[in-house]
Amino acid sequence: MAVTHGTPGAEHPVAVVRLEGIEKSFFGIPVLRGVDLSLHAGEVHALVGENGAGKSTLLKVLAGVHRPDAGRIVVRDEEVSFAAPRDAQASGIVIIHQEFTLLEHRTVAENVFLGREPVRRGQVDRRAMETETRRLLDWLGEDGIEPGTSVARLSVARKQVVEIVKALSADARVLAMDEPTAALADNEIELLYGLVRRLRDRGIAILYVSHRMREVFDLSSRITVLKDGAFVTCAPTADLDAEQVVRHMVGRPLEALYPERASHPGAVRIALRGAGNERVRNLTFDVRAGEVVGLAGLQGSGRSAVARAIWGVEPFTTGTVELDGVPTRVTGPRTAVRKGIGYVTEDRKGEGLALRQSVRDNTLLVRRAACRGAEARHDADLARLLGSVAVVARSPHQEVRYLSGGNQQKVVLGKWLAVRPRVLIVDEPTRGVDVGAKQALYRLLRELADDGMAIIMISSELPELIGMSDRILVMREGALAGELPAGADEETVMALATGHGAAA
Amino acid sequence: MRARPRLADGTGPVLVVLLILLVVLAFAGPAYAEPSGYLALLKRAAPLVVLAVGQYFVIVSGGFDLSVGSLVTAEVVVAARLVDGDDANTWWVIALLLGCGVLVGLVNGLITTKLLVPSFIVTLGMLLVLDGAVFLWSGGAPRGALSPSFRVLGRGSADVPVLGQVPWSVIVLLVVVVVAVWFMRSGTGRMLLAVGDNENVVRLAGGRVDRLRLLAFVLSALLASVAAILLAGFAGVSAQVGEGLEFRAITAVVLGGVLLGGGRGSVVAAAAGALSLEALFSLLNLLGVSGALESAVQGVIIIAAVAYAAHGAGLRQILRRPVPDTA
Repeated sequence: MAVTHGTPGAEHPVAVVRLEGIEKSFFGIPVLRGVDLSLHAGEVHALVGENGAGKSTLLKVLAGVHRPDAGRIVVRDEEVSFAAPRDAQASGIVIIHQEFTLLEHRTVAENVFLGREPVRRGQVDRRAMETETRRLLDWLGEDGIEPGTSVARLSVARKQVVEIVKALSADARVLAMDEPTAALADNEIELLYGLVRRLRDRGIAILYVSHRMREVFDLSSRITVLKDGAFVTCAPTADLDAEQVVRHMVGRPLEALYPERASHPGAVRIALRGAGNERVRNLTFDVRAGEVVGLAGLQGSGRSAVARAIWGVEPFTTGTVELDGVPTRVTGPRTAVRKGIGYVTEDRKGEGLALRQSVRDNTLLVRRAACRGAEARHDADLARLLGSVAVVARSPHQEVRYLSGGNQQKVVLGKWLAVRPRVLIVDEPTRGVDVGAKQALYRLLRELADDGMAIIMISSELPELIGMSDRILVMREGALAGELPAGADEETVMALATGHGAAA
Repeated sequence: MRARPRLADGTGPVLVVLLILLVVLAFAGPAYAEPSGYLALLKRAAPLVVLAVGQYFVIVSGGFDLSVGSLVTAEVVVAARLVDGDDANTWWVIALLLGCGVLVGLVNGLITTKLLVPSFIVTLGMLLVLDGAVFLWSGGAPRGALSPSFRVLGRGSADVPVLGQVPWSVIVLLVVVVVAVWFMRSGTGRMLLAVGDNENVVRLAGGRVDRLRLLAFVLSALLASVAAILLAGFAGVSAQVGEGLEFRAITAVVLGGVLLGGGRGSVVAAAAGALSLEALFSLLNLLGVSGALESAVQGVIIIAAVAYAAHGAGLRQILRRPVPDTA
C-alpha cells in the first residue's frame, strides 16, 4: 500500500475522502445542514456531538445509505455519488457498526470472505481464504485469532477484529467506527486502542464516532464537532480540551443540565442488609425518600445485577430487604411491582415498551398487568400522567415506536408512575436520548424524589451520575467498594470502581 | 383524551374489500337484490366468523391454533352420537361440547406455555390427535343424529321485534363479535395484544404472560365449539364438517390485516375478513367457478394478504416516520 502519512497540522495532508457542505433533510426537517468533513490517510478523526446532532446520518451518507440533498463527496480528488452501500465499499469506505454483521456459526475466514468466496475448481477455496485471512490478521498484529475458529467462540473484542479484517480484505481505506467501545468490556478497550493505532500506522483513515471524551482524546488527532446537524468546528486534538469540546457539543455550560440536589431526605424507604445472590454479595445500604442514589461501577461489576435482584428477576438468596421498615421477600417482578418497586430497565426496546402498542396502552401497562379490579381499569388520570412526564406524541393512540428515544423513555417512566412506586430504579435512563430530553428526564427524576420517592440511578456516564446523585455507591466485582458524597469527582469514583489508585 | 379511535389500525382496507364484494354480489346475483340474501350470507358465514374471532385471540397474542378444524369435526360427531335424535339430550350435550372445547384449549395452552412447545406444533399435534380419535370412535362414518332442538341454533330463526325473523346463528355471531370487541377494549384485551408484541415487557411489568396466552387458547377452542354447534345444525353431521376450517379461519384473520406473530390487529377486522371470505366464495359460486377452486383462491388470498401487510407496514412507516432518531 503506497500511503502518504498525513500528520495532524501538516501542510497538505492527503484527504482520502472529503465531504463538503453535506445537507440532508427527512420530511422537510433538516438533519444535516452543510457539514464538512475530510479524512486523511493515517489519521484517527473523532466525530463527536450529542444524540441527534446528525452523526449517524453523516455516517450513513458516507456509507452510501443516504444520498445527500446537497453537497459533494470527493474520494481521492474525484467527485463521486453513492447510490448504495456497495458503491461506498467499492470506493474503500466501510462502516463498522455497533452491531456486528457476522454469521456466528461460520468460521472467521468464511465471515471475512462472505459473499466473495474464492473459488477453485467449482468449489470454495477454503485454503486460500484462510491464508489470506491469516495474512491480514498478521498484518494487524492480531495473532490470537485462528481463521478456522467459528465466530461464536470469539469474544466481542475479537469479533470486532474480524469485522475490521473483513473490511480490510475488501480493500477498505477508510474505516468509520460507530461507538466501537459500546459493546466492549473495560479491559477490551485497551486492545481496541492498540488495534486502532496499528490501523492508523498502516495508513488507514479512521473516523471514530464516540461519546466518550477519554477515548476521543486518547486516540484522535483531529476532532470534528457537530451540533443540531451543523458543523461547529474541526480542530487538532492537541488544541482542545474536554471541557471545550463538551461546550461546543452542548452549546451551553454543563452545570445547567442537572437540577438542584435534595435538601433533606426523609425516612428510609428501602434497606438492604447483607443481601446477595450468585452475582452480588453482602450488600448493605439504605435509600431514603427524596434521595437519588447513584450506583456506579464498571461494566460487569454487578450494578444492574443489584437492580435485577431488588426487583426479583434474579432474587437475593441471602440477607434481607426492608421496604419502609417491613422485611420483604421479592420473588419476581409481579411481587416487586405490587410492593411498590419500579424498574426502568436498560433495554428500553426489549424490556421497556411494547413498540407496536399505543402510548396509552404502554402507559397503562404496569397498572393493568399488576393491579386488580377497579384499580387496573382506572384510566382517567392518563392525561395527567402523560403531562407529568411531558410526552410529546401526536395522540395517546400513536404507536410508541414512532416516538423519539427521549419520548419513549418518558412513556416508560409514565408507565411506572401510574402505579406510584415507593422505590424507582432507573438503569441508564438517558441512553439514546438527546440532550434536551435528558435535561427533562433529570428534572423529572428529581421531582419524583422530592415527592418522596427513593430513586436508585445506574449509569455508565459518570458526569450524569455525579451530576444527579445525592450519594454514590460504587460497585466492584459484585460487592460495594465504597460510598461517596454528592459531587465526588470522576477520578475518585473510578479509583474505587477499579480498585486502583488512591482511594478517597 | 378518553375518546377511542373509531377504527383500530388496519381495519380500513378489509372493510373496503368487504363493501366492494357485497356491492358486486348485488349485481351478480338476483338473490342479493333483497336484504334476505345478505341475511342468508351472514347466516352461512356465522361459523367462520366465530372461528375467526377465536383464531384472532391466539394470533394476536403471538400463536397459532391449527386444532380448531378437527375440534369442530370431533364435536359434531360426538354430538350426533350422544344426542341420538332425542330432544331431551340437547342441552346437556351442548354444555358438554362447550366444556370439551375449554378442555382442549387448556391442553393447547398449557403445553404451549409450560412445556414451551411452539403453538404451531402443539395445535398441529392436537389436530392429528383429534382426527385420529374421531376416526377411531366413529369408524369413519358418524352414527346417531342430532335432535331438532339442537339444530335450531344452526338453521332456525328467532322472532325479533322490529326486524322480524333473524336466524339464531346471526344473533350468536353478533353477540360473539360484540363481546369480543368489548373484551379487546378492556385491560385484559390490551394486555393480550401487548403479549403478542413483546411478552418480556408484560412479564417485567408484573403481568402473567402464561395466563394470558392460556386464555387465548381457551377462548379459541371455546369459540370453535360454538362454531361446531352452529355448523352441526346448518350443515349436518359428517366426518368432514370441520375439514380445512383452521386454515380458512387463519386466512380470514390475515385478510383482516391482523399481524401474524401478534401485537397488531382488531377483532372487527378479523370478523370482516371472515365475512369477506365467505362473500367471495358466494360470488365465485354465482359466477359459476368450480367449488374445487376454493382452496386455491384461499391460498392466493393468504399469501397476498401477508405480502400486503408486510408491504403496507413499510409504506405506513415511511409516511408516518417522525424525525429520524439520529444518534
